[in-house]
Amino acid sequence: MKVYLKGIGAIGPGFENLDALAGSLQSGSMPDFESFPRPQGNMLPGAERRRASPTVKLAVEVASQALLSSGLNAQDLALVFASSNGDTDTIHQICETLATSERFVSPTRFHNSVHNAAAGYWSIASGSMQPSSSLCAWNGSFSAALLEASGQCLAEGIPVLLAAFDTPFPFPLQEFTPAGKPFGVAMVLDRNPENSIATLSIELCGEDPDSLSGWEAMRSDSSAARAVPLLAALAKGGEVVLEYLEDLSLKVGVTPCAFATAAAAGAAGTRSPGGCA
Amino acid sequence: MQSLAISHYTVVNALGRGTSSTLEAIRNGKSGLRRCDFLDAQLDTWIGRVEGLESESLPARFAEYDCRNNRLAMLGLVSDGFESAVQDAISRHGSHRIALILGTSTSGILATELAYRERDPQGRLPADFHYRTTHENYSVTDFVRRYLGLQRPAFTISTACSSSAKVFASASRLIDCGLCDAAVVGGVDSLCMTTLYGFSSLEIVSTMPCRPASADRNGISIGEAAGFALLEKPQGRYDVPLLLGYGESSDAYHMSTPHPEGAGARLAMLRALERSALPASAIDYVNLHGTATRANDSAEDRAVCAIFGKETPCSSTKGWTGHTLGAAGITEAAICCLALREGLLPATLNTATVDPEFGMNVLLENRSRKIRTVLSNSFGFGGNNACLILGYGKE
Repeated sequence: MKVYLKGIGAIGPGFENLDALAGSLQSGSMPDFESFPRPQGNMLPGAERRRASPTVKLAVEVASQALLSSGLNAQDLALVFASSNGDTDTIHQICETLATSERFVSPTRFHNSVHNAAAGYWSIASGSMQPSSSLCAWNGSFSAALLEASGQCLAEGIPVLLAAFDTPFPFPLQEFTPAGKPFGVAMVLDRNPENSIATLSIELCGEDPDSLSGWEAMRSDSSAARAVPLLAALAKGGEVVLEYLEDLSLKVGVTPCAFATAAAAGAAGTRSPGGCA
Repeated sequence: MQSLAISHYTVVNALGRGTSSTLEAIRNGKSGLRRCDFLDAQLDTWIGRVEGLESESLPARFAEYDCRNNRLAMLGLVSDGFESAVQDAISRHGSHRIALILGTSTSGILATELAYRERDPQGRLPADFHYRTTHENYSVTDFVRRYLGLQRPAFTISTACSSSAKVFASASRLIDCGLCDAAVVGGVDSLCMTTLYGFSSLEIVSTMPCRPASADRNGISIGEAAGFALLEKPQGRYDVPLLLGYGESSDAYHMSTPHPEGAGARLAMLRALERSALPASAIDYVNLHGTATRANDSAEDRAVCAIFGKETPCSSTKGWTGHTLGAAGITEAAICCLALREGLLPATLNTATVDPEFGMNVLLENRSRKIRTVLSNSFGFGGNNACLILGYGKE
């Protein structure tokens, strides 16, 4: 499958956007893995922002970055959101409440507990009535989302906003799941090459997934962070093998367009008119 | 879109195990709902519980996967010879050419709820608790993939009550892009305290068996179910129902209340019709989402009337099965396949009088009639809508 990358966003420990991450990737040194990002979810209206959990705020913030850099209209984009565990704080709080004798689950907390809560908040905030999905495949959640989003682009001819995000569970569920730090990555994918940043050629393979030297603590921390080798390849291009299921990986060939190369070189460059066209 | 053959399917729900139990209950007008007797839940409501799930067990090699949700999944796999149908498909296509996409809303969260009751003085969960293989939303798909020996892409879709309708759309796209030749799709959702107490706190759970489209409807009855379908390119088969179209949309309105005019629901139905290249007049029967909440049924009535007018027969089958949430899409797709095969349009069970405000043609009695094409609606929290069109191809 060949799709065009039109926008990108990234938030994780030690970086608040792709530019900050790109700097670290270029220098080869992993950002401060001990820091803990707390995005505010500024694109949400006030009432929704007050009700939204850290997971929802991370998702909408990273999705906004990708949307903004794509120059496309949110109302034209289908959504594929992916997260291994969904809204970790909310699930913990509900399970804790249900272990008490009253078992009073707040109505807001309950509707926030659905795996597609972040996608729902996004569609309300952006006014988009396009199809919206929310999926997972444990540590392969990002790869699953990349397959679903690319398939939707190609089969339906609609641009897709993909956002993969994970937040850690509080104690006691924390020790049962790998995510220790919030991480979010978002991409706008399209079938049409105009104004694109890079071409992604995606196929299934049985090879072992790539590791990223010096970055393994981050890459292996959450399902969303498993996209880091792909983010690293965006500057120079090349082929990466992303972790998906135990017996199945995703091979992604990355061919950057002129704009991406300029951005990676630290230039504030404007997009070359043709993109990868 | 290219139609896909639904070459095999199965369901397990409160009506029993396998499609024949569901069909027999529909013929006899017998509901699967009972007063809530689930564990120690203290709620004045009715539920669609699958009998005997508590005493089921998984094969020894799946010990870590043992939970109510995966037991329910396994009951589905062994019903209607579904497992052997998949083995036949593996011999035709190869295990590396069959994808797996399942829907669930809460997966095996009950395992975590129960573990939270057993925390030690330091607050830790019991040593025999397994999060990844029971509760995590991919766990049911992971279990089914290993159980069936499939080796192609797999993932879980979790968009609340539209989850297992959307799996058909994803499978269609993967097959269309050549990533697989066939797909097992389905949904599994099991009773848990989160949904029982959560929907109660939203005050949309009925104290009686749910009465969809009724003037005095006052909420849902929660059920549980597993269902699976095998999708393949039709290759000239006319003896099985086909997936003719799908449509998806978002309300962009509210997290737990549908758009009052059913704008998103209407868009999903229009997109399904467009994709199937069929006019609205070709639809012989609509299986409604029909949850029996005040808001859902009235919004759905407006959306259905806007597209189909007042003649097309419609019904909600949730009075039989309860609202099986993430398994509702596959449950109702299977009921639609049975309706097509048997020429049986199911009634809206438990409903005596249709809301006088409604315009759509709500069936209150089963009707026998040869039909070719049906449409099924599934709508979820977050304003997430999916619609499927199923029917026989042109001979």
